[in-house]
Amino acid sequence: MKYFRTHVLVGVDESAVQAGVKEVLNALRSELARKELEEEVSILETGPLGYFGKGVCFQVYPDNTTYANVKAEDIPEIVEEHFLKGRPLKRLIYNAPESGQYDFAYDKRIVLNNSGIIDPENIDEYLAVGGYEAWEKALTGMKPMDIVDEVKKSGLRGRGGAGFPTGLKWSFTAPLEAKEKLVVVNADEGEPGTFKDRLIMEGDPHKLLEGVMLCAYAVGASKAYIYIRGEYKLCIERTLKAIAQAKDYGILGENIFGSGFSLDIDIKIGAGAYVCGEETALIESMEGNRGIPRSKPPFPGVEGAWKKPTVVNNVETLANVPAIIAKGGEWYSKIGPEKSPGTKVYTILGDVATPGLTEVPMGTTLRSIINDFGGGMKDGKRFKAALVGGAAGVILPDSLLNVKMDYNSLAEYAAVLGSGAILVMGEDTDMVEMLYSIIKFFRHESCGRCSPCRLGTQQLTRLVKKVRNGKATEEDLDQMIIIADAMFKTSFCALGQSLIMPVKSAIENFREDFLNRIKA
Amino acid sequence: MSNVTVEINGIMAEVPQGTTIIEAAKKVGINIPTLCYHEDLKPTAACGVCVVEIEGTPTPKRACSTPVWNGMKIKTNSKMLRSIRKTVIEMILSNHDVACPTCVANGKCELQSIAYTMDIDPNAVPKILEKKPVDYSSVSIIRDVNKCINCGRCIQVCNDIQTVNALTFAERGFDAHVDTVLSLGMASSACVNCGQCTVYCPTGALHEKDDTERVWDALLDPEKHVVVQEAPSIRASLGEEWGMGVGAVTTAKMYTALKMLGFDSIFDTNFSADLTIMEEGTEVVGRIVAGTKNLPCITSCSPGWIKFMETYFPRLACNVSTAKSPQQMMGALAKTYYAELKGIDPSKIFSVSIMPCTAKKFECQREEMADSGYQDVDVVLTTRELVRMINEAGIDFPNLPDHHDVCLELSEHTGAATIFGATGGVMEAALRSAYYLVTGNDLPDVNITAVRGMEGVKEAAVKINDDLTLKVAVAHGLGNARKLMEKIQKQIDETGKSEYHFVEVMACPGGCVGGGGQPFGSSLAMRARRGQSLYQDDRDLPKRCSHHNPMIAKIYQDFLEKPGSHKAHKLLHTHYYKREKFKGQVVESFKCEDH
Repeated sequence: MKYFRTHVLVGVDESAVQAGVKEVLNALRSELARKELEEEVSILETGPLGYFGKGVCFQVYPDNTTYANVKAEDIPEIVEEHFLKGRPLKRLIYNAPESGQYDFAYDKRIVLNNSGIIDPENIDEYLAVGGYEAWEKALTGMKPMDIVDEVKKSGLRGRGGAGFPTGLKWSFTAPLEAKEKLVVVNADEGEPGTFKDRLIMEGDPHKLLEGVMLCAYAVGASKAYIYIRGEYKLCIERTLKAIAQAKDYGILGENIFGSGFSLDIDIKIGAGAYVCGEETALIESMEGNRGIPRSKPPFPGVEGAWKKPTVVNNVETLANVPAIIAKGGEWYSKIGPEKSPGTKVYTILGDVATPGLTEVPMGTTLRSIINDFGGGMKDGKRFKAALVGGAAGVILPDSLLNVKMDYNSLAEYAAVLGSGAILVMGEDTDMVEMLYSIIKFFRHESCGRCSPCRLGTQQLTRLVKKVRNGKATEEDLDQMIIIADAMFKTSFCALGQSLIMPVKSAIENFREDFLNRIKA
Repeated sequence: MSNVTVEINGIMAEVPQGTTIIEAAKKVGINIPTLCYHEDLKPTAACGVCVVEIEGTPTPKRACSTPVWNGMKIKTNSKMLRSIRKTVIEMILSNHDVACPTCVANGKCELQSIAYTMDIDPNAVPKILEKKPVDYSSVSIIRDVNKCINCGRCIQVCNDIQTVNALTFAERGFDAHVDTVLSLGMASSACVNCGQCTVYCPTGALHEKDDTERVWDALLDPEKHVVVQEAPSIRASLGEEWGMGVGAVTTAKMYTALKMLGFDSIFDTNFSADLTIMEEGTEVVGRIVAGTKNLPCITSCSPGWIKFMETYFPRLACNVSTAKSPQQMMGALAKTYYAELKGIDPSKIFSVSIMPCTAKKFECQREEMADSGYQDVDVVLTTRELVRMINEAGIDFPNLPDHHDVCLELSEHTGAATIFGATGGVMEAALRSAYYLVTGNDLPDVNITAVRGMEGVKEAAVKINDDLTLKVAVAHGLGNARKLMEKIQKQIDETGKSEYHFVEVMACPGGCVGGGGQPFGSSLAMRARRGQSLYQDDRDLPKRCSHHNPMIAKIYQDFLEKPGSHKAHKLLHTHYYKREKFKGQVVESFKCEDH
């Protein structure tokens, strides 16, 4: 292997693309060539580094310097000063605010352990860090039911939001006799404030593929589809590239490793409807129909896409599987709390000092996530609330800051882990406006199939507008809860059933904000 | 399949596995309130009203789409259920154009009924309705989206049962609504005017174009000579609207009521149904004897089927009989034969027909339907519109006498004509006469039961003589027709000929007794009952074969010469077009070799 004195890890993800990372990379390459430094400084395009809202970022090793908000025109200066003269360019070095330092907690990561370190577009780099070892182990030494059992033993639960035990889900489909079974990866990721699946696909697409392969082998599927939302262009690009590389290496395709097992993976591109994250609506959309949920039963595991048994799993769920197979279900089950083992990827947004992502064991408190991994509150603001789990989540007040973030602990407060989005709100946040934006979102994203959701979202829009206009009464607030409760009990799918969470938690936990609008 | 035991409101019920809660409840005498479920359709699970509580499940479940399991304990009427149901219905009403007094569905509307029984104030929740324009473009069917509750029944009926694919859901969220495909509007869509959507619509969102005003105008115009004909199936459904029982045959009351309404002359479409058999039967026999390539011969009485064929199966257009439908034959005769007979200026004749059918409104306006020199039939009213006129005139229909003293014209008919209203009826009537036309004898038994009943596609082989056994098929409902036509098309493509000699198609499930103009809410079970009534009427009539109708013999002798004559062709036969898929507009006219 060639020796380089300096390594530059450039975070290439969707937001970096928006910020002009391609131009920066071109400038960097040509500048290094001009200064004849190509043999000394290596450039690695990697996945998301974990900084958000900071434009183009890159990390320089071995001195561990982070540059942020870099533009193409800054490159000659950086190359001249840092790479040639060895003096890091202070002007562009990113320093986390004093209130909190970034802690990317790589040592705790399972899903994102390679993200920001390896080149996601190069299968050799994934192989070099132990990639596809679990796949080889499974295919050469394990029976499909062994995989199901191992995943059951791990206690892994679905990371899409509902938290259904993954092994149990697989065990419904695995024994079925069918001409063809399918695995569908839900990479539609429509929950506002959530982009964890994007980070996984951008940072380590092969890990997802390995999870898909293990799942397909476990349940006996010969075809898998990754349903990616259309806006995730880089994910689509990298996933396709990864599929092609895996096929090229014989890791994917016909009679893999001479095992007799064959698998094909393809992607389907979604058009961005929130409801298509619901597994049966996703299947409808995949089939080319209007994205509306189906009646269950039959569950997709028995009769899914094109009437074939179909296991639908979230990206993060599957990205956990290679480690489970490599290290054993028991190892996994000991991470975090007993009933919700493993790690969870969170996207921390809002009034925190260092918004971004973190992957930490389940059961970490909300306070710790905000303070230790989100850098604490921004600009010394007082914490007011956190919306946990995306728009279909609960707005937690400060009295619940010590709640442990896992399925069961949150359920005690009628809250959900959901997608893992944490929107932190400071003291100046108006809950009326917050709830208004959530209701507007649901009104827009309801598929319109069932009356409670279609009309309930519109009635709630009317009522929350009335509050904003200072024309509401306390009865209107009660009416909002009555409607949201009826929606919870009568809506066809989780979309309409979920609105009760933000509505009830906003009005009950922050009633003052609403009463202020009523009195004013 | 094995049975399971469930408990519903404390009542035990044993039902087959796979039964839904709503069906199980019905078995123990409980009708769970719903706005979208219909016994003939797959549950759309849209309205959210039918939710029930199941012991051990955290949230209520939809009774329409949840199958029972053994030991399931169900409550259909808890305090919580009543409260959330009420909230849902209040919200539905808040987005509904509550115009009950003038709505065609008044008294038949499922939303109105549920609101009434649950004592729900339509204004309890402030209105969120954003009024949209009503689609008046079609000559048959009006679509008022402001009354639509998005139950999805019409879409299922149009796309899955009829396979016409004119309707779809458009947009999403609160803006989601039923629309014509590509928002083309009913008249410019693939809609074949069958009107099945109107029969299944739970509210007044889909209904026939009401033409009663035009008929009143004619009746009250002293210059006009207003004639009326009534389709075979009307007599078996009309009485239902006054609670006379499903399938009650009310022929005499119908004649009397029409006379009381002021019609100058009363015909009976049954007469022209017999005439259709003579023309169509002669045509079929002619094609078989000549061994033409246009076999099978396919019936042409159902205008919904005709437009469907023109849109989706134009390659089979030359197989369709050129005989007009009974309505149009009668229309052509009214302004020629009848006008001559009575010495009436045909321009003064206003011809009305009472049909079970919304597509007949379209048929009478087809430009080729003017062989008398005038539009042959001026106005078509559906069963529902006639009921409205009778009610407006204050006629006490159920208490009219069962014998009439109305002087009828062009009304003499046989049992063969009356069964035209049920699926298989045209086939049976035609076979009775075809047998006679070939052999010179009558069938030993005129009851051809193999073509009767509600099976989607029926087949039969009828032995005519040692050299000829007719292979026939009957399809009702356009989805079944599509399947049969695909099969025939495939046979012709692959072998040059089809196994069938003669095929009957009726656009509506059950045939005309289930027509799109029949009473709202006509279920398949009701259609079957009406069909049985027509077969009873057939048995009760003294003559049961069209060729035995003395009036038919007379009209050929006096006016039409013989079946298939030049004059008969001019007045009683027609031709077809090829239509664009999706838009249903005419692309080209057909000239078929044999026609």
